[in-house]
Amino acid sequence: MSRFEALTGDNAVAMAMRQINPDVVAAYPITPQTETVEFFAEYVADGLVDTEFICVESEHSAMSACVGASAAGARVMTATSSQGLALMWEIVYIAASYRCPIVMSLVNRALSAPINIHCDHSDVMGMRDSGWIVLFSENGQEAYDNIIQAVRIGEHPDVLLPVAVCQDGFVTSHGMERVEIFDDEAVKEFVGTYRPQWSLLDIEHPKTFGPLDFYDYYYEHKRQQVQAMENATGVILAVAEEFNRKFNRNYGLFEPYRLDDAEVAVVVTNSTAGTAKVVVDRLREEGLKVGLLKPRVFRPFPARELAEALKHLKAIAVMDRSISFGAMHNAGPLFLELAAALSLYGVHIPMADYVFGLGGRDILPREIESVYRDMLRVAESGRVERLVTYLSVRE
Amino acid sequence: MAQLKGWKEIPIAGMILEAGNAVEYRTGGWRAFRPVRGEAECIHCFQCWLFCPDSSILVDAENEKMAGFDLDHCKGCGICARVCPVNEKVIRNAGTRLARDDARLCIRIVEEGKVEEH
Repeated sequence: MSRFEALTGDNAVAMAMRQINPDVVAAYPITPQTETVEFFAEYVADGLVDTEFICVESEHSAMSACVGASAAGARVMTATSSQGLALMWEIVYIAASYRCPIVMSLVNRALSAPINIHCDHSDVMGMRDSGWIVLFSENGQEAYDNIIQAVRIGEHPDVLLPVAVCQDGFVTSHGMERVEIFDDEAVKEFVGTYRPQWSLLDIEHPKTFGPLDFYDYYYEHKRQQVQAMENATGVILAVAEEFNRKFNRNYGLFEPYRLDDAEVAVVVTNSTAGTAKVVVDRLREEGLKVGLLKPRVFRPFPARELAEALKHLKAIAVMDRSISFGAMHNAGPLFLELAAALSLYGVHIPMADYVFGLGGRDILPREIESVYRDMLRVAESGRVERLVTYLSVRE
Repeated sequence: MAQLKGWKEIPIAGMILEAGNAVEYRTGGWRAFRPVRGEAECIHCFQCWLFCPDSSILVDAENEKMAGFDLDHCKGCGICARVCPVNEKVIRNAGTRLARDDARLCIRIVEEGKVEEH
């Protein structure tokens, strides 16, 4: 049995954390993730969880405490946004390199400067080479579901990597929605008990985490991380299948929406995919063959699967909520990586990038519609006139 | 050097799963400076043994004597010379600044490659 509640995305994540009942949570409040930490602190104060909740003095300390606790054998969670993630930086890499299956709720927010508290994806895109698994969530429900699955994905013995679960700051973190909350027992059963293979607190078997590692072995340890990422794809799918059997909601590496017979498609993550679905439905009523692909798993990047899913199209628009400054054509990271993937797998379709929504700039259905109409023209002519468009920026 | 292992054969994340194996890692090769016993009389106070960060002061436990340096692991940091109370006394009596490798010291610090064995 489950129940439906009206929850913000932050609250939905806190609810998942309560049900998971992690051993340790170390977090520092930062907008727009703050509510998650506040709600969770209430659960701790009310005795609803057994968690050791560490109120640290900074995000650098938050991630450091998470790494220490994880090395000690604890199931560990944290939450952050934007500057908080930036301040965690060096320990973000260390968490992945020490193979600590920490689960992080990452509520996406623009990076300074100028300072801005609203949504874009510049925070998470910065961590894309850090060795974390990255999942995107369209809404509070997906954030809740992904957090629960993230525990199982990260802790899988063939993976042992930290997992960041993203949702859009304010758009979904503070937007109230109908969220299905599973029974506490069912979630508890799904996530199971974490039995770390190596634990610093296992004093019968003393061991060292984090020793110096030079030219003789460092490279081999990086190669192991590659293998963990390769293993992660299969584990993500297996966990999703088990989740579907138990909770009756289907997740994959990405979600295709009216894509099968589409001629043009937009690729966009998180909440904007929800808006784009409305636009797709509207344009379909006009008889236009448009579809959507919403990436869920960004790390590991499912290049082959994406190429397979998109190869029948006549034009593809990627919508990027961040810029990779100085990269090819100053495009966004999602576009660049997808373009590389399609090229490698021999899929040569006209593509264009639409940067949008930086610093929380609203993205309206009519703007997404303009992207589709651009792509319909590209499909017809076979020519991309403008590779990168900065959507709705004022000239 | 022992045969290096492949990435499938070693613990993940650089973990060391056995305790007390630092001795197998010979860090003596890092040394640019070497501690050498000088002419002043060692009083076997074990200050150098107490402070050495690499457990590289050899001790004759039976006779309670400082017995020399474990050069397989000593990194040449010079802490032994710094904490040596005899060095302190020699420097004070000299009334002038002494070089780190002054022969009058109890523990002197000599550049590797310039060590004259006695």
